[in-house]
Amino acid sequence: MFENRTTSLAGPELRSANCEPLAATCEPWAATSELSAANVELGAIEVHGMTRGSFIVRGALAAGAVYGTSAVAPFVSQALATTSSTAAGSSSDVEILNFALTLEYLETAFYREKAKQVGLSGQAKAYAEQFGEEEAQHVAALTGAIKEMGGTPVKKPAFVFPVSSEKTFLALASVLENTGVGAYNGAAPSLHGKTVLGVAGSIVQVEARHAAAIDLLINKSPTPDGAFDPPLTMQQVLAKAGPLIKS
Amino acid sequence: MSVESPGIVERLVRDDTDRKRFLKLAGSAGAASFGAFVLAACGGSSKSGSTASTSAAATASTPAAPAGGDVGILNYALTLEYLETEFYSKVLAAKLFTGKALTLIKDFGAQEQAHVVALRGAVSKLGGTPVSRPEGKFPIENANQVAQLAYTVENLGAAAYLGQAANIQSPEVLASALAIHSVEARHAATLGTLVKKPILPNGAFAAPADMSTVLAAVKPFLG
Repeated sequence: MFENRTTSLAGPELRSANCEPLAATCEPWAATSELSAANVELGAIEVHGMTRGSFIVRGALAAGAVYGTSAVAPFVSQALATTSSTAAGSSSDVEILNFALTLEYLETAFYREKAKQVGLSGQAKAYAEQFGEEEAQHVAALTGAIKEMGGTPVKKPAFVFPVSSEKTFLALASVLENTGVGAYNGAAPSLHGKTVLGVAGSIVQVEARHAAAIDLLINKSPTPDGAFDPPLTMQQVLAKAGPLIKS
Repeated sequence: MSVESPGIVERLVRDDTDRKRFLKLAGSAGAASFGAFVLAACGGSSKSGSTASTSAAATASTPAAPAGGDVGILNYALTLEYLETEFYSKVLAAKLFTGKALTLIKDFGAQEQAHVVALRGAVSKLGGTPVSRPEGKFPIENANQVAQLAYTVENLGAAAYLGQAANIQSPEVLASALAIHSVEARHAATLGTLVKKPILPNGAFAAPADMSTVLAAVKPFLG
């Protein structure tokens, strides 16, 4: 009887909804195949023992191929700087946290600086104020964690946000928050430190809550990918966020 | 802890016997085989050399999972998902909601059911035995009370996943747990907007809940 209910509840429409746009979501238990898929795609320059840092650079370079090197060049330099300035050992955790820090800087600037330029009202304004404060706390936490691990936090980049109205602001907020969820979900399994993983988990849950609130406000589904939030590779994250990073 | 709501907390009665019974349920699954899991999970889609080296690196850098470790965690999550699924099923049967709220409740119920299916599959892939569905009992009175309870339950679920993330040995299982974790968070935030409660009950950093806290909190709902 229960199995029958299974079939009717998780029917074809749910399955198909879960299959867009990442194949990995069709079979959540193959999620790491998705993580590995990035390595497969970039297999031509696969080097045994490659660090996560070089992976970040490759992701940035791949985004550059799509958006033009000028859009991502500063980020590539940053990733390169991070890669060369950190030793082996825990370097990959530092690099992942610096990647997250860049996204948190981006979200903070968006909610705090861009929101003022656009001029929001009502619930949108309230969310921007609240979420901006929370993203700023994420920036502080990640900066502290990177320093504690002996790493050098990336500097706050300059951003450009192509929005001019409350409507487009909220649409981009939805993209940023949902991308943030995928970025953390994709990167977290590569973290070595348990404490760092706990911090990342604690933050991604907040990004997911932000995403749901924004999506509800603009009459979108609060669960845009259905039952499983797909992990995003750094390359996929850069494809969305890279064009917003100016320097 | 993090997810306590007065109604639930008042009903918390620590019962060690019950917890042991539950843990026995959750841990009865047999040893996890990381290698077998990787083969089962990735065999179809990625057979390249780089994938193999990724898996090898993951295995080398991760301590061997304790017997039943990941399976135990997955069965614990499965039990919570069973309860959530049954809860939403009973809520829908009571026909308390209409319009947008009804759509959301239907979606969430279907998503919890999808989590059940996925977790059962994961336990099996790890060579374990999925726990059977527990009997649930939920107070279903009116739309507001049910939405408040759903908010509590979803916050608890999100905290439960967060509390286990660092205990999971297999990166594959972790990736999957994370994919579910953030969906529970989305449910919780959505229900928060419906019942006008905080969408972020713990502010900028979500708080985890350990297994004993979660089990004590769901005890009133176990039949």
